[in-house]
Amino acid sequence: MSTPSAAAAPPLRSPTLATQPAPMKYIPVRHHWRWVSAGAIAFFAIALAYSLAKNPSVGWGVIGEYLFKPLTLRGVLVTIELTIISMVLGIAGGVILAIMRLSRNPVLGAVSWFYIWFFRGTPLLVQILIWGFLGALYPRLCLGIPFVGVVFADFPTSSVIAAFTAAILGLGLNEAAYAAELVRAGIISVDPGQTEAAYSVGMSWSLTMRRVVLPQAMRVIIPPMGNETISMLKATSLVSVISGTDLLTRMQHVYSQTFQIIPLLLVACIWYLALTTVLSIGQYFLERYFGRGTTREVRQEVALATGEAGTLIGAGAGAMADQKLGGDHR
Amino acid sequence: MVLAEQVWKSFHHLEVLKGVDLRVERGQVVVLLGPSGGGKSTFLRCINHLEKIDAGRLYVGGQLVGFREKGGKVYEMKGSEVSRQRAGIGMVFQRFNLFPHMTALQNVREAPRHVQHRSLADATEEAKTQLNSVGLGDRMDYYPAQLSGGQQQRVAIARSLAMHPKLMLFDEPTSALDPELVGEVLAVMTGLAQAGMTMIVVTHEVGFARGVADLVAVLDSGIVIESGPPKQVFEDPQNPRTKEFLSAVL
Repeated sequence: MSTPSAAAAPPLRSPTLATQPAPMKYIPVRHHWRWVSAGAIAFFAIALAYSLAKNPSVGWGVIGEYLFKPLTLRGVLVTIELTIISMVLGIAGGVILAIMRLSRNPVLGAVSWFYIWFFRGTPLLVQILIWGFLGALYPRLCLGIPFVGVVFADFPTSSVIAAFTAAILGLGLNEAAYAAELVRAGIISVDPGQTEAAYSVGMSWSLTMRRVVLPQAMRVIIPPMGNETISMLKATSLVSVISGTDLLTRMQHVYSQTFQIIPLLLVACIWYLALTTVLSIGQYFLERYFGRGTTREVRQEVALATGEAGTLIGAGAGAMADQKLGGDHR
Repeated sequence: MVLAEQVWKSFHHLEVLKGVDLRVERGQVVVLLGPSGGGKSTFLRCINHLEKIDAGRLYVGGQLVGFREKGGKVYEMKGSEVSRQRAGIGMVFQRFNLFPHMTALQNVREAPRHVQHRSLADATEEAKTQLNSVGLGDRMDYYPAQLSGGQQQRVAIARSLAMHPKLMLFDEPTSALDPELVGEVLAVMTGLAQAGMTMIVVTHEVGFARGVADLVAVLDSGIVIESGPPKQVFEDPQNPRTKEFLSAVL
């Protein structure tokens, strides 16, 4: 391309002096097939909803009857309790196991590895069954000094470990093994420069882990952990095999007598869906808390603010570039 | 203050330091120059035991780094001893490494509070003093993501200074900064030098080396190929490799 002569080149204009002209008019891309597919999907959705509404076996009346019955609500409560207690046990155990796995002590590392291997390697259902029937393995639980014959207390196992406790042990200890891997992933995702900086001001390994690494690891741990909690909510239904009293088990008891299987299963589904939705909202707020100071929105706000001021002063480009360099050294 | 005698360091089969000798007196400012891969950063990281040396002797303040010599035998130091040693040595990194989930004030008072076990009021006072001395008194409650690169690096310097170290190590402190922001960080470092801090600086800022350094050491292929006052090294280098490196940099 031939270069225009100096006389023909347009005069340069400072960008801050010109006002933006009216936005240009253009014809946007037309997405015809989107309308067609939306229409088809809407048709099938309405047809499905209609067929369900008209199907007598769905038993809408029964669903309405049992949805808010005290029996159902008590089941929902037990489900919630099991979920919360098992997750607390699981997360606490997971953090401990993850730290053991990452410590320099080979004994701790091996114990942790073995635990994770065993509890991830056997089905959850089997684990719950074993805890429920622990009495078959260890008929009596004794508190005392081994090999010397001194006994402080002695109970038959079945009276100490009732169904609820067995459920929590089964669910919680299993969850700890999975949570450990999530926590470990979160910990190793933290920039190694962070530990180096902490060490160079004299912080010990445990202080660094507690004050610098774990808080940052939480940003990476929370989303999958929220996922685990939502899974746990459904996993609680497995306690039906050891005579638990959760939502699904109660529905099963009712329909084993009334034979209205589908409606009662749908009651359970509706409740599980409702609880899962509430948990998802909670997870959103938790992620916001742990993302403070480092979320994209904060950085973009500051970049725009300093950038705009800087176009006039001349240091804007530098400040914006530094925002990217300084704020995101991962 | 710092004495390195034939320090060797390898990473698996890659030999990075091959017998480094260096002597730094108290209050001296030493600039380490050299081509990349020469071992400057590695040597710096050996000084505060972020890397463990493979052979030779490395002393800070008369004490072996990371090891104890007793009855002719060398013992490895325990974790807590190493931490205590590191508390007396400050380090400033190329990528700042500020704690992103804490404000500037919290970053600086973290170590005095939890390593030196000072009271919250005491540690906060210390942090405020340090932040003021680097010119960031009005940005104490900002998170690192809300600060420019130059500001972040100054917070990092304040964070190290809050522990009152006897030695400060700088690993390319201005290499990740935009040119307009380099000046403010170099100004803080110059002030520190004038106040008598012993400093070892790895940098490409030749102006700083000429103006502030007492000693310039050129590290290439794992050994110190030349060292001396800046005037001598820059204007009359003896080693041909030094001449080669300087002609590329100056």
